[in-house]
Amino acid sequence: MRIDGKGLIDRGSPVRFRFDGVEYDGFRGDTLASALLANGVKLVGRSFKYHRPRGVLTAGSEEPNALVEVIERGQQTPNVRATVQEVYDGLQARSQNRWPSLKYDLLAVNDLAAPFLSAGFYYKTFMWPRSFWEKLYEPMIRRAAGLGRLSGRHDQAVYEKAFAFCDLLVIGAGPTGLQAALTAARAGADVILADEDARMGGRLLSELEAIDGSPALEWVAAVLAELAALPNVRLMPRTTVTGAYDGGTYGALERVGLHLPEAADRPRECFWRIVAGQAVLAAGALERPIAFEDNDRPGILLASAVRSYVNRYGVAPGSRVAVFGNNDDARRTARDLMAAGIRVAALIDSRAGVSTDEDFPVYAGAVVSGTRGRLALDEITVQHANGTVQIAADCLAISGGWNPTLHLTCHMNGRPIWNDDLASFVPSRGAVPGLTAAGAANGAFGTAACLAEGQAAALAALQALGRVAKPAPLPVAEDFGYGLQPLWAVPGSGKAHGRAWLDFANDVTVKDVKLAAVENYASVEHMKRYTTQGMAPDQGKNSNIGALAVLADATGRGIPETGTTTYRPPFVPVPIAAMGAGGRGKGFAPQRLMTSHSASVALGAPMIEAGLWYRPSYFPRPGEATWREACDREVRMVRQVVGVCDVSTLGKIDIQGADAARFLDLVYTNTFSSLPVGRVRYGLMLREDGHVLDDGTTARLGDSHFLMTTTTAAAGLVMRHLDFIQQAFCADWDLRTISVTESWAQFAIAGPKARDLLAAVMDGPVVLPFMGCMDVQEQGVAARLFRISFSGEEGYEIAVPARYGEALFRDLLARAEVMGGGPYGMEALNVLRIEKGFITHAEIHGRTTAFDIGMEKMVAAKDCIGKAAARRPGLVGPAREQLVGLKPLADAPLTAGAHLYAPGAAASRDNDQGYVTSVCYSPTLESWLALAFLKDGRARLGESIRLVDPLRQIDVICTVCDPVFHDKEGKKLRA
Amino acid sequence: MPSLIAKAPLTATPLQIGGAKLSAIDPGPITSVAPFRGKEAAVAVALERLGLSFPAPGQYVESNGLRLVWTGRDQAFLIGAAPEGLEGLAALTDQSDGWAALLLEGPAAEAVLARLYPLDLRASVFPPGHASRSALNHMLSILLRTGADSFQIMVFRSMAQTAWHELHAAMTGLAARP
Repeated sequence: MRIDGKGLIDRGSPVRFRFDGVEYDGFRGDTLASALLANGVKLVGRSFKYHRPRGVLTAGSEEPNALVEVIERGQQTPNVRATVQEVYDGLQARSQNRWPSLKYDLLAVNDLAAPFLSAGFYYKTFMWPRSFWEKLYEPMIRRAAGLGRLSGRHDQAVYEKAFAFCDLLVIGAGPTGLQAALTAARAGADVILADEDARMGGRLLSELEAIDGSPALEWVAAVLAELAALPNVRLMPRTTVTGAYDGGTYGALERVGLHLPEAADRPRECFWRIVAGQAVLAAGALERPIAFEDNDRPGILLASAVRSYVNRYGVAPGSRVAVFGNNDDARRTARDLMAAGIRVAALIDSRAGVSTDEDFPVYAGAVVSGTRGRLALDEITVQHANGTVQIAADCLAISGGWNPTLHLTCHMNGRPIWNDDLASFVPSRGAVPGLTAAGAANGAFGTAACLAEGQAAALAALQALGRVAKPAPLPVAEDFGYGLQPLWAVPGSGKAHGRAWLDFANDVTVKDVKLAAVENYASVEHMKRYTTQGMAPDQGKNSNIGALAVLADATGRGIPETGTTTYRPPFVPVPIAAMGAGGRGKGFAPQRLMTSHSASVALGAPMIEAGLWYRPSYFPRPGEATWREACDREVRMVRQVVGVCDVSTLGKIDIQGADAARFLDLVYTNTFSSLPVGRVRYGLMLREDGHVLDDGTTARLGDSHFLMTTTTAAAGLVMRHLDFIQQAFCADWDLRTISVTESWAQFAIAGPKARDLLAAVMDGPVVLPFMGCMDVQEQGVAARLFRISFSGEEGYEIAVPARYGEALFRDLLARAEVMGGGPYGMEALNVLRIEKGFITHAEIHGRTTAFDIGMEKMVAAKDCIGKAAARRPGLVGPAREQLVGLKPLADAPLTAGAHLYAPGAAASRDNDQGYVTSVCYSPTLESWLALAFLKDGRARLGESIRLVDPLRQIDVICTVCDPVFHDKEGKKLRA
Repeated sequence: MPSLIAKAPLTATPLQIGGAKLSAIDPGPITSVAPFRGKEAAVAVALERLGLSFPAPGQYVESNGLRLVWTGRDQAFLIGAAPEGLEGLAALTDQSDGWAALLLEGPAAEAVLARLYPLDLRASVFPPGHASRSALNHMLSILLRTGADSFQIMVFRSMAQTAWHELHAAMTGLAARP
């Protein structure tokens, strides 16, 4: 029910929303929780385990009960806290964890079975028989467990991630945070003020307090106006700082568009990484409940939440409200209710001797020992010195004291310190470098104390930042009394059948915690895992201290000796979609497109990923039904006519300097200092551990100028390797390296008619010996020509500045077509190189040596990186698996990844003789071919070997042969 | 004799979304300049003739439409004209075709970049004259602050479309904020 004239909601902006299909009215400025309470809706959800009817408990992000699904057009978001979700026109929310409806939930039968479902029930029950776990118990439990449902569809909504930097990050915009931000902002520091509420002001929005003699809200408005006008201040409402990390980095989740109807481009949430020179934690404190029997009925709220609903939202959470507490906030709540014209049924103060002089009944030294009401509270039982009394009430406000919101101070392994006066943990100083807790988060609960601590923390931060600032006169504020006398659980609760709830979110009772202690799960970490206390979405914010107080009592230890569990990030749930914003689908990695990309796509070529690059797989022609047909045709085309392939993705590194040749001698196994200018040489590169790193060709462009080519896959790796070698071993050499991969578009022209095609595009015959290179003019463009071949045919590679790449590719294709040639893709490229026994990273996969691939003769007499390590025992000799070729005896497909065994031997691990790395169907040899590593393979040419691929049910006898299947003498490529 | 048609890394019409404008630009010739060992002083003299000096890490120097941008250890990119007088003093490598250059300008430019760069771009920390070899989301890039509200971004030519797409997305999301 609304209270006329009260609250900060915008009564001029009514909204309509739906909950469980029923339409309700609310106002802009309402949360879903306040709007539902205003409509008299108390039952909002069912509890996790027992499916108990539950209502709103809090008015903040710590809410354990009021978790709902929010339904949008393209989204279904479970576990949304109704106390955080703002209402907007058209909002649709649904209760969860109930079937068929919230009022009639069949799984509430669990509640009747409660005596059997105590802590450790699963561990005790589902142990036997063992085989039942996977097939029966676990699926059954999984079906029953969990809150809310996902849509099952991809989350296609827009999320953001962003970075921010500041001198001072102020976390929380209550009196402490506002004063801290104001102090630092006036001193000229860059300030970010983040608050998880939609509206800044913290508790001052919910309390009837005065600052400087006027309503506190006026002070809040004035401070915010001043901050908003300063260029060095960034106000971040709806932003929860979720974690503290190294180097003054904080994670924060901003609700950007969740308070508005869906819009196409609007981000839902933004995950911020904020780097701050200093930070002030002014996150306030969380009120804690008191455990007593049946303290979980809808209508039972925290006292602070009741004041929030009454004062901030203008909502009466009940018409006869009882208040129960162990500190002065209970009385304050009752007075606020009276002031708002709401009937106070009784104030039950657990402290004996407190004043009973009020306009409502006061029970001093009394406790609430039980409640009644099926789907909502209608009666409480009060136990006082002279007996018990039943009091009719439809709302009960509880205050068990306050816990400072110190979670962030524990994110880097800091432990909080127990404060006996406050009966709560307070942050330890310096637990997070550069972060200072102040105000209620530091255990200073009064407004005047908050303002003072906020200013002091800001001044200390400014000093640490090297800025000079003086304290300013503080506004005058009141400090309400606290006067807490600890009461965690009402005596007698947790006995026999009665259940007194500690953790509402995970249905953990006083009895469960006591049982854990009895069964020797006496450490707080063990108790937590045994009972699941603190493991729900609220992460125990409402229950941790209460539960460990009960545990301390049960084990006869004090609370500080019992200790707390560890608080870890995130402080509130963070959607993975926000942390990984932009990374869905192709956003996972950048796409690298070659200059020929659109031309290849236009020809219908399927593009496949090669690292980040996209390369054409094959170029289908009309009438070709499968990739194999296209591939076979392209292979024949290269072998018989001419083919063109974009090879721009290969890494290209420009190497200059007087010591360039010497450097190449160091990084390559073979010698490059002897390479004449205008010539190209194949080179092999080892890692420091002696295994092959990469291979490729390097051209000598000038006396002290080389151009190295790497494989596509290892381009970045080789660049890093060269940089490392230079910095680590030859920093004083005259040597400069830089990648030019992106600068050149390079095309392979291969086939018996390669020279003719080249002559056609170059306007004249070209004379270049095998493994030669030269600068040429290609249609008026300075280009480079190399005579190298990865296909075994006469081959050239022509490189032009990338801007001309597409034009040259199209020109080459047009001219090749006329000659009966055309483009070829990755599939044909792979077949051509397998036929020639050329290796790729399928063979030099990181565990093979130069000896293994038959290139030990390429390790020259001079020293090189990896040479010494390659000679270690075990890296050479007949025990090594060596590169061989395989051909099936009868025509049968071969597969890469298959293993090799002696014919007749069982296909088992101990008989393993090697494995297959590459396979293809060779249209040239009209046979399947494979490259494989076989133990002592080079000595076994001509033998038969059994190839087994158990995954694909392939079992074929092959002949071991030389890995070069085609033109072993290399007559064609030297033509 | 037909001559080859040159194509820019990116052909896109400029985007104006909210307070930011993104356009593809042609920065002119780009040459990497890496002084040979012992030639630093001679390089400095040659650069002085161009009105430039070798930039400190994280910075660039500018003169007569020429920019020399620090891009790595003992390495800078000369942008705007072919290098003159540096032959034999430094390793010179043509990088003109390897990079796509984008211009992002407007009052929201810094906020757009805050969605893609893990960099402190506050004017007090990263004023005009500063450059960073940093990651644009997952892409290696060179970022220059060319004015109070303008930045030049350079990415590998092959990644130009992804960079455009990601900047576009950041601009759209920012402008769609309530």
